[in-house]
Amino acid sequence: MKISTIKELLDANTVCGEEQLSRHVYSACGSDMMSDVLAYVKDQAVLLTGLVNSQVIRTAEMMDMNCIVFVRSKVPTAEMIELAKESGIVLLTTSKRLYEACGILYSNGLIGNRVKD
Amino acid sequence: MSEGLTFHFNVDGEDFTSAGQASVMMKKNLRQLGLPPEIIRRVSVAMYEGEINMVIHAGGGVADVNVTENYVEIILTDSGPGIKDIEQAMQEGFSTATDSIRSLGFGAGMGLPNMKRYSDYMHIDSEVGKGTTITMRVNIN
Ligand SMILES: Nc1ncnc2c1ncn2[C@@H]1O[C@H](COP(=O)(O)OP(=O)(O)O)[C@@H](O)[C@H]1O
Ligand SMILES: [Mg+2]
Repeated sequence: MKISTIKELLDANTVCGEEQLSRHVYSACGSDMMSDVLAYVKDQAVLLTGLVNSQVIRTAEMMDMNCIVFVRSKVPTAEMIELAKESGIVLLTTSKRLYEACGILYSNGLIGNRVKD
Repeated sequence: MSEGLTFHFNVDGEDFTSAGQASVMMKKNLRQLGLPPEIIRRVSVAMYEGEINMVIHAGGGVADVNVTENYVEIILTDSGPGIKDIEQAMQEGFSTATDSIRSLGFGAGMGLPNMKRYSDYMHIDSEVGKGTTITMRVNIN
């Protein structure tokens, strides 16, 4: 699924990475606990979260995720935006809640997610 | 690369916001060395979880990484409180983290299990009141 499609489906705003909206993601992960995200292995995934701190960006960076969606209208800090730009990660914000945002993406075909072993 | 390359990082225990910086830098180094993405990710995640643990449980420490032809070795050393029962600490979901740590997105008790999952070898050496040294290796190939 294209990041631009995620943006449309979630009625989201782009915080940074506008020029990368044509990139694709193949799976998704929704959580406020970063270790749960780190337990999950898949390339080119989107992270949906209500957590707002620098570790969210670093977690995505460690997992090679190229897009983060902040739910419940959470706004990332200037420092987070800086880190995301350095790592080439697209940041989106939506007013939808985590459950709803995940459900919308899932029902539109963004399914694949698997925990290693 | 037969001699191996070594990297050293200080991990500041005062500042949760900067936690993970060493792992981010190491990831860049590994990319420059041209290691396979899957290896890089496993090293990065294992080191990142260990780095976060040093910050939230041990007041910081140091990270040493050796890159050899056959593996990447990560050694995390701290002078924190130590781990009383390592077997218990290794269990998924076990955590002594406070609610304030949990509200920061960590403390799910998945850190050590993740480190084990992503490494090919892991050894914890810990003494209560003295500190903890964790050695992890990720094989290349
Ligand atoms: N470097 C460390 N120094 C002291 N205790 C540690 C250290 N690393 C882990 N621990 C202990 O092991 C427990 C489990 O660690 P972990 O699996 O990473 O879960 P979490 O960090 O989410 O609590 C921690 O809650 C803590 O009690
Ligand atoms: Mg941990």
